[in-house]
Amino acid sequence: MLRGFHCNRTKHSIMSVDKSTVARVARLARIHVPEDRQEKLSAELNGILAWIEELNEVDTDNVEPIASVTGHSLPRRKDVVSDGDRVDEVLANVPETASGFFVVPKVVE
Amino acid sequence: MSNLVEGRTGEWEVVIGLEVHAQVASNAKLFSGAPTAFGADPNANVSLVDAAMPGMLPVINQECVRQAIRTGLGLKAEINLVSVFDRKNYFYADLPQGYQISQYKQPIVGEGVLRLDMPDGTTREIGIERLHLEQDAGKSMHDQHPSKSYIDLNRTGVALMEIVSRPDMRSAAEAAAYVRKLRSILRYLGTCDGNMEEGSLRADVNVSVRRPGGEFGTRTETKNLNSLRFIQQAIDYEVARQIEIIEDGGEIDQETRLFDTSTGTTRAMRSKEDAHDYRYFPDPDLLPLVIPQEEVDELSAALPELPDQIRDRLTGEYGLSAYDAAVIIEERETASYYEAASAGRDRKLVANWMTVELFGALNKSGQTLADCKVTPAALGGLVGLIEDGTISGKIAKDVFATMFETGKDAAAIVEEQGLKQVSDSGAIEAMIDEVIAANDDKVAEYRGGKDKLFGFFVGQVMKASKGQANPGMVNQLLRAKLDG
Repeated sequence: MLRGFHCNRTKHSIMSVDKSTVARVARLARIHVPEDRQEKLSAELNGILAWIEELNEVDTDNVEPIASVTGHSLPRRKDVVSDGDRVDEVLANVPETASGFFVVPKVVE
Repeated sequence: MSNLVEGRTGEWEVVIGLEVHAQVASNAKLFSGAPTAFGADPNANVSLVDAAMPGMLPVINQECVRQAIRTGLGLKAEINLVSVFDRKNYFYADLPQGYQISQYKQPIVGEGVLRLDMPDGTTREIGIERLHLEQDAGKSMHDQHPSKSYIDLNRTGVALMEIVSRPDMRSAAEAAAYVRKLRSILRYLGTCDGNMEEGSLRADVNVSVRRPGGEFGTRTETKNLNSLRFIQQAIDYEVARQIEIIEDGGEIDQETRLFDTSTGTTRAMRSKEDAHDYRYFPDPDLLPLVIPQEEVDELSAALPELPDQIRDRLTGEYGLSAYDAAVIIEERETASYYEAASAGRDRKLVANWMTVELFGALNKSGQTLADCKVTPAALGGLVGLIEDGTISGKIAKDVFATMFETGKDAAAIVEEQGLKQVSDSGAIEAMIDEVIAANDDKVAEYRGGKDKLFGFFVGQVMKASKGQANPGMVNQLLRAKLDG
């Protein structure tokens, strides 16, 4: 999935993030990262990843993956309409509206 | 039947796989309490969860889960008792969260199968790869303003089932048959209304071509087709386009394409190279969905009879043709109508009256079975009158026309209009005598060897009886008189 992360799933490997990966991830996330910040960020991210890598030292053979520490299962709601009809609130923060629509710069494929 | 396509350099095999997005039939959305109703005012069906306000948390709608399980069971698929919701990240104006909640590696439903009965009588099995639950996006309107797009989030967060087939289809006709069958199953199950015009059922079509039996070619994906005709047009266009490129020595780009409904052609999306880098990861707002086996068993036990089961009864026990059976079972309402009308009657005869006369009259008048004045019992009654010889098939057509107009009972119409078939041999003989007396010359010709004139005499007698004489008896008595 994470193309560009040089990810090796064997233990004790180090993931590394280079400058171009930083630029790409920033673009995908719509975060502006100036060119001169990218090198520094890649070093920081590699530091964090290296720290996470330490977890690989724990032996997790025969341990079930855990999704929650609370022991709760996914709560479900009944199929009942209990919301909606609040256009004013939904549009309250919107810079531009027209007849109940959000109005945004033209996005057309 | 060969599905191969002839190119300039030889034959090509078409390979098609479909991703169908079916809107789950539910009152509220997948993760919020906002309504799913079609046609509301802009942004009226939006909760703060759907609008992705900070701090809002998704809570899953239990009915959507159950509908997905029912659909999985209807597709004879494996139900995954543990499944996981992931975030599929991308930016678009009609996706306020910045990600779609979907299921990636662990969908709620795994492999299944769907049977196609083709018009030529053959059967094809199409593999289902998976079914997963996901949120629909909002709707963008680009034609309201020269430089702006208008966004309506009413559809945002409505539950969809994405049903992914194996690349098992080999022609546009098979792809259409697949969608028709899938739609039929969903409607029988009540898990999706199947309304393609309102967008409740849409398909993405993956198409590639290859030399017969060779390795798969590179495929293209044409998005968001909302009618059977568009699906077939898009496939035909893609097949021709791809064959031409390859035969000219070119290569197919793996890409997403858009279908232009006005020209029937496809064109490449102005693709951003990152468009498919969705960076899926498990949604931290949602725990894994765990389904108790008992819940699956309970839903399975309550499943309605499905088209394949009914079809097997119609072609087996009732002896209908595969074609008649397919026409009758496509809609659940039609199948129930048929079962009610044909109970205790000649099953084939009722099928024939339904598919020819009733459907013909409905088509002609633009009505549906729901508005039809002819009740199942009334149609059965008409067939009953044919079966016991009260009226001939020919008279029955006139009676049916009156039934269709007025909603009256067949027996009442026959009584009122005096259409009862004449099966009294004395009365028929008298008419025959008259016809013979009035046509000496033709009688002589017939007896002189011109056998073909027999039909003329039958016609004259039927005319004399205003169509009410029993045709079998007319034949028999006439022959005795003329030959005797």
